[in-house]
Amino acid sequence: MDFERVLQEATPLLLEGIKMTVLISVISIVLGILIGIFACLLGRSKIGILRFISNAYVWVIRGTPMIVQAFIVYFGMPQLVQMLINPSFRITAFSAGIITLSLNAGAYLSEIFRSGISAVSRGQIEAARSLGLSQGKTMLKVVLPQAVKIAIPSMVNQFIITVKDTSILSVIGLADIVNKAKVYVGSSYQFFATYILVAIYYLIVISILMVISRRIESKLNYEKERKA
Amino acid sequence: MEINMTLNRSNTPEQAPVSPVPGSVSYNKSEKVKVSALHKKFRELHVLKGVDITIGEGEVVCVIGPSGSGKSTLLRCLNKLEEATEGEIVIDGCRITDKKVDINKIRANIGMVFQSFNLFSHMTVKKNVMFAPTELKILTKPQAEARAMELLTRVGLADKADNYPHQLSGGQQQRVAIARALAMNPDIMLFDEPTSALDPEMVGEVLDVMKKLAADGMTMVVVTHEMGFAREVSDRVIFMDDGVIVEEGTPEELFGNPKSDRLQSFLAKVL
Repeated sequence: MDFERVLQEATPLLLEGIKMTVLISVISIVLGILIGIFACLLGRSKIGILRFISNAYVWVIRGTPMIVQAFIVYFGMPQLVQMLINPSFRITAFSAGIITLSLNAGAYLSEIFRSGISAVSRGQIEAARSLGLSQGKTMLKVVLPQAVKIAIPSMVNQFIITVKDTSILSVIGLADIVNKAKVYVGSSYQFFATYILVAIYYLIVISILMVISRRIESKLNYEKERKA
Repeated sequence: MEINMTLNRSNTPEQAPVSPVPGSVSYNKSEKVKVSALHKKFRELHVLKGVDITIGEGEVVCVIGPSGSGKSTLLRCLNKLEEATEGEIVIDGCRITDKKVDINKIRANIGMVFQSFNLFSHMTVKKNVMFAPTELKILTKPQAEARAMELLTRVGLADKADNYPHQLSGGQQQRVAIARALAMNPDIMLFDEPTSALDPEMVGEVLDVMKKLAADGMTMVVVTHEMGFAREVSDRVIFMDDGVIVEEGTPEELFGNPKSDRLQSFLAKVL
């Protein structure tokens, strides 16, 4: 166990890997939020078929392991597209990773948004409507600001899970930090030191994420101003 | 009426009774609210079984009755928080039971105060009061702010303007809720058991605000369990039971000389 050696040899590789991890996490979280909002809106639609689509999406994603989803997107889907549409279709591990991760995050986030919205009391909506505000304005100005505040802790939780889930994508060959570490230990046999280092990298990234979210949370936390 | 005088309506579009507005009917000017043969069903549950009421301009009407008698449902039908199953409701000459009616416009003219206050918890007291007039572009921000401070002064809470609702007592929250409803300059105020969620010592402060409002000539419909208030303030009391109006009349008539058995036994329990 030669930490010093591992630090020296592996750091460039691991840095490269963690950059990929962060990049794919950020893209997937942003896309996941958009997908989540969209799925949540579909789920609240008056049209039955749209609600069904949203429910089915959440059901499938939550009901299957992400590693299987990654295999389907990376290996399965190209086969289908080659057969039906374009025989020379290919997908990179990067794209497949983003698709898998953002669809995954989107499903969980849509549930988080949904529960946030339904946690805002019916009375808040009635009060706004009774003043003459439209349904849309009530949603935008009364329900969503409160729902977001309620949902933030769960959202942050989901972001953390998404960052960690990138490691699963190493199985489809995404050059993330776990993949890089595997390559390094394959030649150096420095398992302990290398994987400890990988864990520390994850801890640092996720700590940064938590600090940022704490900031946002306390900014939104109007209830803290308890004086009166 | 003083409240409505303080802000002239020149900012709002002219409210002249232009004829071809959806739902508009010819009506007696002094009739603010006219409810005919109103039925409301929640699936199997028949809550209102044919209610007829006429409420005149400036009239204060208290609705009393046992819980489950349909009082709150009736009130909520008046601003369409509940959709009437059958029957007709005309407010200020507009048949709000019509499908085509722009309910948001009607609601802007009807203030509502809830049992559970329902102040917007993410806004300060002042923002709560300013919210609707600014969002609906009836007042500019500075105008709305001035109006909010004036209303908060009226309900005795100007010093709480920058507090959040949860920092206030129940009675204070309810007074803010009244100010918030008044900010839209409504013609009619609906009160849905406004003091039922309050500690006994706070009931008085809310009722005092309502009394002032009544004295200023506001048209008010109040669902209440406060018999003292109903007796003292209302022009007319309506007793409901089991989805129908059992008895109505002046407070003296209803409290002094109840005719029906049901009202007699109700009063015996609550007084």
